[in-house]
Amino acid sequence: MSWLEKIVPSMARSEVKRSSKVPEGLWKKCPKCQAVLYRPELERNLDVCPKCDHHMRIGARTRLNLFLDEGNRQELATDVEPIDRLKFRDVKKYKDRLSTAQKSTGEKDALVAMKGELKGMPVVAVAFEFAFHGGSMGYVVGERFARAAKLALEEDIPMVCFSATGGARMQEALISLMQMAKTSAVIERLKMQGTPYISIMTDPVYGGVSASLALLGDINAAEPNARAGFAGPNIIEQTIRQKLPKGFQRSEFLLDKGAIDLIIHRRDMRDTIARLLAKLTRREAV
Amino acid sequence: MNLNYLEFEQPIAELEGKIEELQLVGSDNDLNITEEIAKLREKSTKLTESIYAQLTAWQVVQVARHPHRPYTSDYIKRLFTDWDELHGDRHFGDDHAIIGGIARLDDKPVMVIGEEKGRSVNDKVYRNFGMPRPEGYRKAMRLMEMAERFKLPVLTLIDTPGAYPGIDSEERGISESIAQNLAVMSRLRTPIICTVIGEGSSGGALAIGVGDQLNMLQYSTYFVISPEGCANIIWKTVAKAPQAAEAMGVTSTVLEELGIVDETIPEPLGGAHRDIDAMAGKLKERLSSQLDRLSDEPIDSLLERRYERLMSYGNP
Repeated sequence: MSWLEKIVPSMARSEVKRSSKVPEGLWKKCPKCQAVLYRPELERNLDVCPKCDHHMRIGARTRLNLFLDEGNRQELATDVEPIDRLKFRDVKKYKDRLSTAQKSTGEKDALVAMKGELKGMPVVAVAFEFAFHGGSMGYVVGERFARAAKLALEEDIPMVCFSATGGARMQEALISLMQMAKTSAVIERLKMQGTPYISIMTDPVYGGVSASLALLGDINAAEPNARAGFAGPNIIEQTIRQKLPKGFQRSEFLLDKGAIDLIIHRRDMRDTIARLLAKLTRREAV
Repeated sequence: MNLNYLEFEQPIAELEGKIEELQLVGSDNDLNITEEIAKLREKSTKLTESIYAQLTAWQVVQVARHPHRPYTSDYIKRLFTDWDELHGDRHFGDDHAIIGGIARLDDKPVMVIGEEKGRSVNDKVYRNFGMPRPEGYRKAMRLMEMAERFKLPVLTLIDTPGAYPGIDSEERGISESIAQNLAVMSRLRTPIICTVIGEGSSGGALAIGVGDQLNMLQYSTYFVISPEGCANIIWKTVAKAPQAAEAMGVTSTVLEELGIVDETIPEPLGGAHRDIDAMAGKLKERLSSQLDRLSDEPIDSLLERRYERLMSYGNP
């Protein structure tokens, strides 16, 4: 801080700082093209930047709201709540981290599961809440996913998952690792029964979630330009000591390498998934 | 500092050094020092016992990563007969970080799959330090499916710092290769016994770790992220790795309490590397007895139990 800034009253200082940002509320800056966007217009555009088509992150409930038909929705596994089995403590207690995340997101944990309809077809849909602890998968995420999948199994209705996550949740240590095995096992049962499971990766999907439920779909898809991979770019750069190629781990890269079936624009999400599911379940065209 | 011993073992190293010196002196002249040596030996054993009775989580991590710790190839030599190694994933290549093959355990044919870190510098490079690429996991899957066809039980030995985080690994779908193994192992129609022999790091370990029985050697570790990685994310420094290890509960003691690990197989005093033959003997005895028990169970009930167990992970 320069001597000049020091003698300016603090109120004025903060004014100066704030002016460099976009005011909260009505306007939002696109993180990709920096365009300043009018929020209501952005929302009408499904939080996709009208200027550069960047798909911004959206919450789990917004996601399911956009995806499912309006009526006949039922939230699943709401009784599953986080447990701090290890009494994990670092600079903060995990318990406190959980309650902070719960307050800021209004969610109990990082996955919302619902049974509903897509263009009249019954579906089970789950979505990750990235704002909750980086969408990390611990017991609740794994358990809610598994219960939703079991319902899909029992009623033989398709399951759709929208992932957005940094991976497994460190604070639940090996319990979170085992959720990878849990979710993969139940998906395998869907597969054996011939009940469709479609996985859509949205920015970002890494670690334990990418190495389990996110890449086990009958159909794996991603939103445009989403980042997804096993190891984060920093880890890879540190390991191999070289810069990563442009577009590495983006949806387009995944498509090119054969990891995903298709890229789906957010505005086409309902239509595309409905079309696919109708065919997989041998229904008439929707 | 004696490099054969870990930092917290240095008092033991000093005693052992003294014993060695005395032995040299003893062979040089007539002084009767046998008694003295015996006393020191006893002291050294007591000291080792007391140090090993209260290892911290971080110290266990160090024992699990000890440069002399027995690896998969050491156990294969001692546990089995009629070993035939099988190579390749049939799509891309052969990954040397994962060894697979058919052998006999007490004359019964079994499929063996294990991660191998490599001992000498050249060997470590050849084995990619035990960090498998997608073709490693796909080789493992191919062999497991073969085991299912021929009704061979599968024994896996887990010892990896993690799946390889590299460009080629990502390009060939490391995530998918791990995920597929988890899915297939959950329903493979043959008994699967998994044993963590050293370092079980994250998805790269779990990818050969789903089965009917999960063992850990006493001083092996199993974690969702390495203590260094965890420390780096939370404290922004690897210096806090000991705290991270403690917080995550990376030892078999904690993991047995959580119901994730079924059995801890005791190691010789001072760790498996102090007496590899004894360790292998103990491991062999446990695997044989577990295999007998699992082979007696009808396969459908075994699979149902495996599935229910997977579903129960983390339940209060």
